[in-house]
Amino acid sequence: MPIKIFRAGMVFGLYLIMTSSAAEATDVQILYTQSLAATCANCHGTQGKSVTNPSVLGLAGRPSAYIIEQMQAFKTGTREATIMHQIAKGYTNEQIKQMADYFASQKP
Amino acid sequence: MMDRRSFLQAGAALALIGSSVPVRAMRGAKVVVIGGGYGGATAAKYVRMLSDRQIDVTLVEPNKEFISCPLSNLVIGGSRKIADISRPYATLTKNHGITIAQDYATAIDTTARTVTLASGNTLSYDKLVVSPGIDLNMNSIDGLADAYASEQIVQAWKAGPETLILRRQLEAMPDGGVYAITIPEAPFRCPPGPYERACQVAWYFSKFKPKSKVLVLDANQDVVSKPGLFKKAWAEQYKDIIEYRNQHKAIAVSPKDGLIKFDVQADVKADVINALPAMRAGVIAQRTGLANMANNRWCGVNYQSFESAVAKDVFVIGDSIQVAQLMPKSGHMANNHAKVAAAAIVAQLGGMDPNPQPMLTNTCYSFIDDKHVVHVASVHEYVTTERTFKVVAGSGGVSTGPTEREGGYANHWARTIWSDMLE
Repeated sequence: MPIKIFRAGMVFGLYLIMTSSAAEATDVQILYTQSLAATCANCHGTQGKSVTNPSVLGLAGRPSAYIIEQMQAFKTGTREATIMHQIAKGYTNEQIKQMADYFASQKP
Repeated sequence: MMDRRSFLQAGAALALIGSSVPVRAMRGAKVVVIGGGYGGATAAKYVRMLSDRQIDVTLVEPNKEFISCPLSNLVIGGSRKIADISRPYATLTKNHGITIAQDYATAIDTTARTVTLASGNTLSYDKLVVSPGIDLNMNSIDGLADAYASEQIVQAWKAGPETLILRRQLEAMPDGGVYAITIPEAPFRCPPGPYERACQVAWYFSKFKPKSKVLVLDANQDVVSKPGLFKKAWAEQYKDIIEYRNQHKAIAVSPKDGLIKFDVQADVKADVINALPAMRAGVIAQRTGLANMANNRWCGVNYQSFESAVAKDVFVIGDSIQVAQLMPKSGHMANNHAKVAAAAIVAQLGGMDPNPQPMLTNTCYSFIDDKHVVHVASVHEYVTTERTFKVVAGSGGVSTGPTEREGGYANHWARTIWSDMLE
């Protein structure tokens, strides 16, 4: 992960300007988001890095707006699917946004 | 186009997501995982990943390599080889720095927080993950323990050598013979598994032994998983091969006479008997008192974290738990349990609260022949007020019918989930 140092630097910066309890809240939210997004990994790969791309789409590095739009299309049925329409209906719009932002931030 | 505000938000998200969780209390903490199946291997990898490698993880697994239960019915049917469904454990060490103890856990001391191994070694832990899978209760069917010891009847319900023995039994069976599978009352590992196996054996017979029969003898009232899809395939594709009989609870087997006895129904004769007995949590879970539910068959857990209901700092995942409503004992589900447990362990060791609203998904693909596949899927949310998982209303469902397209997805699913747990 070459950008890890960069990320770590930014997080260190955030630590400096936050109180320690605020930093903890941030850490915990990251963990929850990673855990939520991990429910996609069985089919789309760990951290959204597909091992069978493009048959099953890799999600890492896709624009957040694109992922949200596709999930909505699965939910409403405007995009045909074998299984994703059934899975997409299991998540709230807020959860979809969290996961989409997470995958967008991952290196493909 | 992104406006400046959302660009800044995305930047902030980028900075936050993927960063390390707090190092403080976590560095050097020890997690031991018992069992390297879909649950345990995933838990080991995700504890390492979610802690940014701060937590030391040891995986205890007796087998040298992972052999997948999902897809193993295709080895029995002859369209796949065992090597196709086998993967090494070494990648967990190479990619994630996980210590593998090729050993068998014989005892857990939840007070001293140690695990004793068959080799005599002892491992200490701060948090323990127990993912032992199922134990087959051979005493639930008379004569089965002896028939199993002599390899006349195998279950092949844990993929490996038995998968190949059952394959050889089918190959040795003359055309015109009968293969019978007996199914115990639910819950059991892999709800669609017995019905998929019937399809795979029937597919083999249709190609090579067309006069042969498959008898599905089910202790349950009806097919437990995807009943409509399986029964349609049997009525159409395997009309003269598969016969399904419900309410057939096997109570005794006699391999020398090729006989199966039932609690109520008449005896059945078969050339190859594949008797699946009642199942319960893996041996280590029973031995340590973790299996505290349903007459000590399954392990009670706090579903929010999968921490044992009876032992602090011990997390039980996979097929050995007492399931929530509509939660199947599947590899995919075990993989999802593992991620919730791993995140909870990382949270606790980092001095944080576990996720108050964890989510799970499940997908079970079943092969109707060598190419055509159907699925059942669901999404499960933790409902705080009821302290359990429930299927999200409106989510999930089954295929409309068997397709090659889903056959492709099933193969992708296997390759991906094996990578998600092992690579």
